[in-house]
Amino acid sequence: MTIRLTTAATVIALLFGANGAIGADKPTDPQIAHIAYTAGVLDIEAAKQAIAMSKNKAVVEFAETMVRDHDAVNKQALDLVKKLNVTPEDNDTSKALSQAAETKRQELAKLSAAEFDKAYVEHEVAYHKQVNGALETLLIPAAQNGELKGLLETGLKLFQGHQQHAEHVATELK
Amino acid sequence: MLPTRAAILALMLGAAAVAAPSQAETIEVTIDRLVYAPAEIEAKVGDEIEWVNKDALVHTATLKGGAEVLLPAKKSGSLLLQEPGSFDYICRYHPNMKGRITVRP
Repeated sequence: MTIRLTTAATVIALLFGANGAIGADKPTDPQIAHIAYTAGVLDIEAAKQAIAMSKNKAVVEFAETMVRDHDAVNKQALDLVKKLNVTPEDNDTSKALSQAAETKRQELAKLSAAEFDKAYVEHEVAYHKQVNGALETLLIPAAQNGELKGLLETGLKLFQGHQQHAEHVATELK
Repeated sequence: MLPTRAAILALMLGAAAVAAPSQAETIEVTIDRLVYAPAEIEAKVGDEIEWVNKDALVHTATLKGGAEVLLPAKKSGSLLLQEPGSFDYICRYHPNMKGRITVRP
């Protein structure tokens, strides 16, 4: 619980702090594309760590779903940016997300199987909740290109599903 | 005697008409951007449901406490309806995807 709340607070601070750093301006499409892609890659890396460390069937199956789905969405995102001739642009939000993920990865690496499972799944609930919040309130409203907006909207529905799946696994671990 | 025989004959014909199997159908449900369409379907025992998955994601149609149909990306899968009842189903990987099948006898 403490870990989850801390993580959630950190991500909120990072997302909004970073947005503040950009200034009053909303993120641009190349920045949005980079943030969305980065968030997916980070979740795939977390899932790979879980597949390597967990012995729990429900946790491993959840992690495999994360690898499969985020990979599929990121492929669509790459196809889209190529089609639109947009170059994803690194930015403070992407950097902050990456740093938070690296801290989390090291924290999780020190835990035993059962403790790891609980911490990983709780983090997945919190992470998807925060990314979904950012999509709803910041990234989707700011997206200028219709196709990019559409992909983000489908992504939101997908990640809301992931959040529910993670919440379900979390109750099974209790 | 004759009226009775006629009545029996009529009864048999009636029974035959009821027993005659109506044509079984295949009902198609499309999955597009994490939505089952139509979300609610009515069918009868013997019908088959075919889910056509248009997403680049793996989905399932998992009946509450029952059968599960795995639906790989861009593929379809089907289920033969063998008993009457009302069944809620979800995608096991994306539980916010919801559908319902009502099966008449």
